Amino acid sequence: MLAGIGVDNIADLFDEIPSNLRAEGLDAIGPALSEAEIARLMQTRARADGEPLCFIGAGAYDHYVPAAVWDIATRGEFYSAYTPYQAEASQGTLQVIYEFQTMLTSLTGLDVANASLYDGATAFAEACLMAVRANRNNKSRRILVPRAMSPVYRSVARAILAGQKIELVELPLQDGCSDSAALGAVADTEFAAVAIQNPSFLGTLEQVDVLTDWAHAQGALVIGVANPMALALLKPPGQWGADGADIACGEGQPLGIPLSSGGPYYGYMVCRQAIVRQMPGRIVGRTVDLEGNPGFTLTLQAREQHIRRSRATSNICTNQGLVATASTIYMSLMGAAGLRRVASDCNANTRALVDALCALPGISRAFPAPFFHEAVLQLDRPAAGVLAALSAQGILGGYDLAADYPELGNAILVCATETKSAADIVSYATAAAGIFGVAA
Amino acid sequence: MSEIPDNLLYTDDHEWLRLEDDGSVTVGISDHAQQALGELVFVEVPELGASFTEGDACAVVESVKAASDIYCPVAGTVSAVNEALADEPELVNGSPYEDGWVFRLQPEDATVLDDLMDAEAYGRHLAALED
Repeated sequence: MLAGIGVDNIADLFDEIPSNLRAEGLDAIGPALSEAEIARLMQTRARADGEPLCFIGAGAYDHYVPAAVWDIATRGEFYSAYTPYQAEASQGTLQVIYEFQTMLTSLTGLDVANASLYDGATAFAEACLMAVRANRNNKSRRILVPRAMSPVYRSVARAILAGQKIELVELPLQDGCSDSAALGAVADTEFAAVAIQNPSFLGTLEQVDVLTDWAHAQGALVIGVANPMALALLKPPGQWGADGADIACGEGQPLGIPLSSGGPYYGYMVCRQAIVRQMPGRIVGRTVDLEGNPGFTLTLQAREQHIRRSRATSNICTNQGLVATASTIYMSLMGAAGLRRVASDCNANTRALVDALCALPGISRAFPAPFFHEAVLQLDRPAAGVLAALSAQGILGGYDLAADYPELGNAILVCATETKSAADIVSYATAAAGIFGVAA
Repeated sequence: MSEIPDNLLYTDDHEWLRLEDDGSVTVGISDHAQQALGELVFVEVPELGASFTEGDACAVVESVKAASDIYCPVAGTVSAVNEALADEPELVNGSPYEDGWVFRLQPEDATVLDDLMDAEAYGRHLAALED
């Protein structure tokens, strides 16, 4: 083939890549294995994980996914990772996306959802870009972002927004929540938007009404970041404050997507009708054909880059097709009452876990603020050693906050979802009692 | 055949201009342009008070399958926008030269209007495009 295209050797094909950018060796990749050998290797690796009891949340949550969800999602009619490109020929796919959008608007209390984005962190970055485009009150390229927001979201957003010269300004932390007393210090700064994550990364419930009303009085838009599972219980972003958030976004994983080592997950995004032309991503609409029969179609495509070229609203022309489909099936199976039950059980289990652990000397709650299904515990010794000792007993005891929030000292973030039984919580408390040197 | 009123000026990009008594110019898109775009579903007007130089994309007309920029025909400051288009973008289709005007501009230098086409020249421009 090299002779056919007139090249002496394979290396010549890579001449364009400067030598300092080349990976000189791929030693970490072992020799090729057969299918049978690969299957055996994977089984061995999977067994090495064991079946630990997972009490870690921190942005991805261990919920039960009914078997029917992926049984249906992987049917041939649905089983595609991709957004439809001959869109209107795929009426079933469009209908699923339309149902997905409808469910997300119901959960968030806002008008229009898109067909999903890559993940929660990039959805937040896109929401910031959208807010800068959509804000008609000012030309600010600053977003006020709470320190209580996920460090991963903040870091991803900073990476994506820096190139667009959009600056994230940090709203400090007080007792695990955004410090509303600190708003005065930034009252003279114009912001395109104020972001509010509720529940916060630290599990606490923010003063969403106060923050939303302050932002709107300043001429800023409000970006509500929310775990959609929590929205089954909490006030939706569309009802925060007097006028509600303008954009809501977040991570869709809690709704039917397995943890699976971190992905694929999906991001969701919903906004008010008035700013829908600034929303990135695909949107499916319902319409009627020439004979008056109902049907589904991609809509508002003039925002997209295949039509609008360099002035497109965003370069996102796809969605997380398969996982968004699974999530739609999950929500359909659970129904509103089912989601509320799961969310309530998560809250009750985490309260039970926190109570059991805080009964031990050396463990206490870090903040008095109410929480949804995650809470920060203060330890009397370094968290890393405690978590390692728990892990040795098959318990993933929480997320060590030392790297992200050194000001909190020895602190861990714990979460007990609906998948944890009373016996599981006793197991954790008993193991912790052993580590902290008391009889349980 | 599209309508080309005699009292207006035209650009290559199918915008029309009308010089008003107060020295401002009203800008819209030509009958030919609205026919080519088809039924409009959205018009994004510029912000009041915004300044543009000639050739800046300053407004957007959007139909179901396309979105096109309106380019600023002469440098100036936006002194009025057609608010009615927010609810009735189809005014541009039904009345491109009257009710469907898009924005009004206070030009920096009115002499540049002399470089624009009159109705007859624009008619020839359209005929050349059709060839």
